[in-house]
Amino acid sequence: MLRLERRPTPSTVMSYVSPLIAAACMLVTGFLLFSALGKDPVEAFYLFFVKPVSTSYGIGELLLKTTPLLLCGVGLALGFRANVWNIGAEGQLTMGAIAGGGVALWFGDSDSSLAMPLMLLAGILGGMAWAAIPAFLRTRFNTNEILVTLMLVYISQLVLSWLVHGPWRDPEGQNYPQSQGFGDAETMAALISGTRVTWGIVYALGLALVAWIFSQKTFAGFRMQVAGLAPAAAAYAGFSERRNIWIALLLCGAAAGLAGICEVAGPIGRLQQQISPGYGFAAIIVAWIGRLHPIGVIFGALLMSLLYLGGESAQMGMGLPSAITGLFQGLLLFYLLAADLFINFRLKRVETAAAKPAAPAAPAEAAA
Amino acid sequence: MIALVPMIASTVVAATPLIYAALGETVVERSGVLNLGIEGMMLIGAVAGFAAARASGSDSVGFAAAAAAGVALSLIFGFLTLNLQTNQVATGLALTLFGVGLSAFVGHNLAGMPVERLEAITIPGLSAIPLLGDLLFHYDIMVYLSVALFVGVHWFLTKSRTGLTLRAIGESPGVAHAIGKPVLATRYLAVMFGGATAGIAGAYLSLVQTPMWVEGMSAGKGWIALALVVFGTWKPARVVVGAYLFGGVTQFQLFAQGFGLPVPTEFLSMLPYAATIVVLVIICRDPKTILLNQPASLGHSFHPTT
Amino acid sequence: MRLRIWNVLRASATALAVALPAASFAAEPLKVAFVYLGPVTDGGWTQMHDVARKKLEAAMGSAIKTTFVENVPETADSERVFRQLAADGNKLIFATSFGYMEPLQKVAKLFPDVKFEHVNGFKTAPNIVVYEPRFEEGFYLIGVLAGQMTKSNTLGFIGSFPIPSVIRNVDSMTLGAQSVNPKVKMKPIWVNTWYDPGKERQAADTLIAQGADAVGQNTDSPASIQAAQEKGTYAFSIDADMSSFGKKAQLSGTTEDWSGYYIAETKKVIDGSWTGNRHTRWGLKEGLVVMAPLNPDIPPAAVKVFEEKKAKLISGELNPFAGPIKDNSGKEMVAAGGAMPDATFSSLNWYVDGIEGSVPK
Repeated sequence: MLRLERRPTPSTVMSYVSPLIAAACMLVTGFLLFSALGKDPVEAFYLFFVKPVSTSYGIGELLLKTTPLLLCGVGLALGFRANVWNIGAEGQLTMGAIAGGGVALWFGDSDSSLAMPLMLLAGILGGMAWAAIPAFLRTRFNTNEILVTLMLVYISQLVLSWLVHGPWRDPEGQNYPQSQGFGDAETMAALISGTRVTWGIVYALGLALVAWIFSQKTFAGFRMQVAGLAPAAAAYAGFSERRNIWIALLLCGAAAGLAGICEVAGPIGRLQQQISPGYGFAAIIVAWIGRLHPIGVIFGALLMSLLYLGGESAQMGMGLPSAITGLFQGLLLFYLLAADLFINFRLKRVETAAAKPAAPAAPAEAAA
Repeated sequence: MIALVPMIASTVVAATPLIYAALGETVVERSGVLNLGIEGMMLIGAVAGFAAARASGSDSVGFAAAAAAGVALSLIFGFLTLNLQTNQVATGLALTLFGVGLSAFVGHNLAGMPVERLEAITIPGLSAIPLLGDLLFHYDIMVYLSVALFVGVHWFLTKSRTGLTLRAIGESPGVAHAIGKPVLATRYLAVMFGGATAGIAGAYLSLVQTPMWVEGMSAGKGWIALALVVFGTWKPARVVVGAYLFGGVTQFQLFAQGFGLPVPTEFLSMLPYAATIVVLVIICRDPKTILLNQPASLGHSFHPTT
Repeated sequence: MRLRIWNVLRASATALAVALPAASFAAEPLKVAFVYLGPVTDGGWTQMHDVARKKLEAAMGSAIKTTFVENVPETADSERVFRQLAADGNKLIFATSFGYMEPLQKVAKLFPDVKFEHVNGFKTAPNIVVYEPRFEEGFYLIGVLAGQMTKSNTLGFIGSFPIPSVIRNVDSMTLGAQSVNPKVKMKPIWVNTWYDPGKERQAADTLIAQGADAVGQNTDSPASIQAAQEKGTYAFSIDADMSSFGKKAQLSGTTEDWSGYYIAETKKVIDGSWTGNRHTRWGLKEGLVVMAPLNPDIPPAAVKVFEEKKAKLISGELNPFAGPIKDNSGKEMVAAGGAMPDATFSSLNWYVDGIEGSVPK
């Protein structure tokens, strides 16, 4: 008989292996699912994971879609590590787009070289301001940040809707709910010609690196990790919970806000009713796939981005329904959470009278 | 006053699914487990209930299937969090994402199809009373059952022996385990109960509120139900009051528009969400309220060997 | 793996080439693609486009091959989808939502030999054509029915977003109702969504509670028909016939049959007569706007009025927006003897007299 036993210390090896186990389970599930739908699994996998990135344009698209996922994912991971459950990155992204987009509209067609830096700054501040609300309510009034950040997502989207229907509507746009297109100086140029990927991906990678240094090398980062792993110890050591909450939410707000402005100043080029297909929520999975580690999040973001592109490609190539993408994303997270078990626990064979002594449990032990 | 009757009636219909989902979650959280996957379980319940009701022609079968589907999904959550000790917040979020995807996938061919709406029942004599009859005796059976559910949950948590055990486990699973209480089994049952009620709440959307299946039709109601549990400080009576208040606010914003209130419609649409935040702040303002009422072990894994 | 796929493709291409008669005028089928905002089973807007796509396939047989992509959001993603479809060899691409306008402009420049068709937009190009239904004709007729059937003389309208193409519909429904019943008042509610049955249901309940006994809608779900069925009032379907959601309640509705248009445009591409820079508006006459079946409970006298008006709309004798038309502040917007030009529809932002409230700004 097998039973779970807590490891004396979490397994470092398993923390790298468990995402692979999860990915393997995903592939098996995918194989069964495609076969059940009467599709050739090999072709489906090709369409899902290879075709989207078989051209340089495709790789550009992968990086373009990775940008917001990575920015939000890094921010969320910092918070999750400190037990701050911000699930409203989508709202902070929207507010960043509104604030940065507002600056862009204020500059109009001006070719001032100040425009872009100010837009990015405004985007960051917009996201931070929106994240400051749950930080304030949590630290001052003890209000659960999960619910507040989520409610603020709905509110931010309605604010955006109001702006593009009302005050910021393009006067030349025949009344359609969108702002004027941003000027050339207010639009991010392509990083690689022939693709749509912008400097945003560089900011995102840079942020992941900075976050890694922050959490590994700085005292503030250390305090947040302790708070997440052992809240009692953190309190005993006199680490301020309030400060952690503020830092976690503001950093995530800043990153999500940057994601928002990079989206509207990059591929979209204007403010409109819908700017994100749910990046802020998908980033929750990204953070988890990345083991809440800034460098891991890079891989998580790339994988999620590929799942989106793959879903489209499988639709075009073999008419698979688009709901498959969401299903895969949810499954992946489940497998990953389950596989994480092996980081802190191992399977141990327990000799009982009922169990045969030669029960073939060896493979499981070997895996552990 | 007469003008208010339809508004109150639609408030009741808007609040009923919230009551089911939030009462279930109250029991789950009282046992010390935080399941953030209500939204996902509601959607699975909605699609399963719709499919079963369509196939069988019976609403009872629909609601039963919805409850079963909710339980099935909650078992995944239970297995991961209770057996495998995964983080409850993350697992709950995963459950929601999974439920959204799975329901869209299996419901792909059900969209745009009709189903008979669960009829309101009329009680001879009572329903005919002017005003009061319209106000109290013109609903479908699920509305009355939600009241029964409230009474049952209230009795269970405050009066029954098992209920006391469940609360003890939610406060201190270690102590409960030491004195021989079945922590794991109790939490499993609580999680399954939460799954069943969330499934029923979902089916109420797809069989009563708007009898049809639509991808993502719960539209955030699962999250509202979670907020209601905090709003109600884990007490069934307050949870129910909260659900009716929230239903009222969502109705009010449409009525205000209908009367031509000169405010951008977006701001009126924000009202329910903003109201939720404000109410949460008021409830949580005094840390003692939360400390005294929140189950002490809420969200923490329990492993008997540790 | 790539090699294998390529082999499969080559083999099937060869097989196709052999199967096609040598005399066939097209060496390979024309690839036609459709991009949808919603799922193909939404029971409304997207589904009607997909029904037409299937009719197009049936009509054109092996001369064409169609592809569709559903649930394409109006975010940065649509540009990639258009580009991918063009790169995959699709020569005619139908974009079925307004929000695809800007990405379409960009992709059309990159693929000058691919023809794009955009519904409800306003920007054409040498390889972009804009097409839209004359919904005002359908909504005018809805108004004609509502105006005759209402007992409270109060009509309702569930609007999605207050944009010109939707304001046009509440205006024309009101004008249609006033043409048969000068006493009617119209109450619109805006729900800020195209598709949210819960919200639409609540909006319908609200309108009914405020006395509206015939409610039109420009949102996509049958929720308001269900509401009316229960309350014993009237409602109208949109996009598809929704009478299965409320047999007694649905008086009629506007539906679309895009197949005629899609077949005509595809034929133009095949015979080389397709040109860009067009803005096509098709209505009842062309069979794009189709009225849903009339409710048998409508009295014959009312049906007669409806049919007369319909015939006049088809013959062009009747223009829903013929002057004089005043806005609801009393200002004259269309002079007597005149008619609103087509171009004005895409910037319409005022209510006609008889509608309560003001257009949300």
